Amino acid sequence: MAASSSEKIDLTGIMVPADLSPSDFLIVTPVVIPIIFGALLVMLRSKPNWQSPVAITGLILAMLGSFGLLQQVIANGPITMTMGRWLPPFGISFTADLMGALFAFTGLFVALSGLFYSRFASTTLERRYGFYPFYMLMMAGVSGAFLTGDIFNLYVWFEVLLISSFGMIVLGSDRVQMDGTMKYAFLNLIATTMFLAATGYLYGMLGTLNMADIYAKLRSTDLQGPAYTLALMYLLAFGMKAAAFPLNFWLPASYHTPRIVVSAVFAGLLTKVGVYALLRTTVMLFGEQRDALATGIAWIAGLTMLVGVFGALAQTDIRRIFGYLVISGIGTMMAGIAVATQTGIAGTVIYAVHSMIVMTALYLTVGAIGRLCGSTDIREAGGVYAMSPMLAVAFLVLALSVSGLPPTSGFWSKFVLVKATLEIGAWWLAALIMISGLLTSIAVFRIWIFAFWRGGPEGTRDGAEAWTRVNLESGYRLNAGLAIGLLMFASFAIGLAPENLLSISADAARGLLHPTAYTDSVFGGLPQ
Amino acid sequence: MEVYLAILIGCFFTVSIYLLMSKYVIRMLLGVGILGNAVNLLIFTAGRITREVPPIIPEELQIPAELTANPLPQALVLTAIVISFSFFAFLLVLGFRSYQDLKTDDTETMRFAEPVDSPKPPLGY
Repeated sequence: MAASSSEKIDLTGIMVPADLSPSDFLIVTPVVIPIIFGALLVMLRSKPNWQSPVAITGLILAMLGSFGLLQQVIANGPITMTMGRWLPPFGISFTADLMGALFAFTGLFVALSGLFYSRFASTTLERRYGFYPFYMLMMAGVSGAFLTGDIFNLYVWFEVLLISSFGMIVLGSDRVQMDGTMKYAFLNLIATTMFLAATGYLYGMLGTLNMADIYAKLRSTDLQGPAYTLALMYLLAFGMKAAAFPLNFWLPASYHTPRIVVSAVFAGLLTKVGVYALLRTTVMLFGEQRDALATGIAWIAGLTMLVGVFGALAQTDIRRIFGYLVISGIGTMMAGIAVATQTGIAGTVIYAVHSMIVMTALYLTVGAIGRLCGSTDIREAGGVYAMSPMLAVAFLVLALSVSGLPPTSGFWSKFVLVKATLEIGAWWLAALIMISGLLTSIAVFRIWIFAFWRGGPEGTRDGAEAWTRVNLESGYRLNAGLAIGLLMFASFAIGLAPENLLSISADAARGLLHPTAYTDSVFGGLPQ
Repeated sequence: MEVYLAILIGCFFTVSIYLLMSKYVIRMLLGVGILGNAVNLLIFTAGRITREVPPIIPEELQIPAELTANPLPQALVLTAIVISFSFFAFLLVLGFRSYQDLKTDDTETMRFAEPVDSPKPPLGY
């Protein structure tokens, strides 16, 4: 009875008609594979030695999937898959455009390097407490946020990555971590709740949650006043997630407290998810409203840059210095959002890719410095240059990169952003990017002078060598070297041959500012 | 109906923001709990309130014949309730463990990650 009546229903107006080819499933691989492997790792929790190889296998597969997705998006434009084949905007769409696919690939690459580092560095206790399942689920959340085409679904992915990040940041539960987690958890939860409130209003106003549909409906609605309120609420919520001034205080309070790998992937990925969401909402969806807020965003950008570098200059702990440099980088990315020309958005995209790679790598080098010197404080560390020349080379390249000097990825990303600000005549914003770059180089090269060049802890005379040889385990050297080396070479390679990334980010910016290809891919040429 | 709910939501937000600005973790926790409920009510109200018309489509039709209650906000609220409840549970345990370990629930004295007397960076090279 039920079967016969369902056959009579004409599905053409309800379901997506086309059958999917296997390559269409690439879009869900960066999300589904980490979830499956995360579940598998929970089942294998009594086997701490299996955790790391299984997790690495999972992330390699997910990274290959996202690489295939990126290739396909470069070749054919944005790809959409709507869950359950419900016709968009009713089904939840996954839409990979160039920016999302590029970020997903970079994110998984960075996370894979982090896993290599943790292969030796994570203790059996941490493995038993579920470090690897948390890690995989966080990556599922990060990739899901980059690829989803539905704003409520974006909220869900934010929560997935947030709850896993809570598990990771508190792992070890010593007193400093408890304190850091407290601030991290409360402020991030408030930010995502703000995001949810804005989404509730958006749904009440437009009656849709699909981003392509929101884009179309916002441009035909006469409710312009509420649209400005919504743009501002999204700016507030995602600005808080991205740690933009004046909502940045949770970041330096918490990012130096957890395990080094955790700090590294947080610094590399989580704030960048906030920047991604800002690009998606304020630039793509609320383009017109962003234009009105541009001056305000430029102020936020400038102040975030300065607060970040001045904070970095005032610290002695290397991990805390890098925490502030993350904030400074967020300010630089916000400058591109404030400009929002095609060059500006391209600059933000390329800077986000650069920052994911370099901030993660820098935190991993701190882990190595901490193991060599027994401290991550620049007053107590010293002699790393003599102890590990390879680490010194890696740190030097990364320091050049984070300061924005050639021949590294940092140079090109800042170059594009400065060019964008000068094109619209915002010379003061260009000057701020330069000044923050100069101050960043002072902050990182101070680490170089104290921790690498000085022969030992504070008080060591010039030329004297007061360090004691620490023989790191060969397993640690191999894995940390692999992780830091991979990331350093990525930054170096982008610096030497930036053409590919420059053209991809320019296309991504074009797709974000004129998202006709995006909306066409969602609605697939269907009559609306 | 929407007007009264809007006023109620406003009260919820006011109370939760007041509690979140407190120095004491236990009050902030209560604020988080109320904030989640405020947002849930907000989504529920934003989806428009239609009473006593269940969204059931007659067998011969493809779309409902008249204006029905909107089922989507309920799905959204259900998701948000589950998420905010789990976060609240996590924060509750975190707050309790911090109280045990840090011996305080006053955020002013919770300065372990960022000590008040943190040293100045070296001024010379």
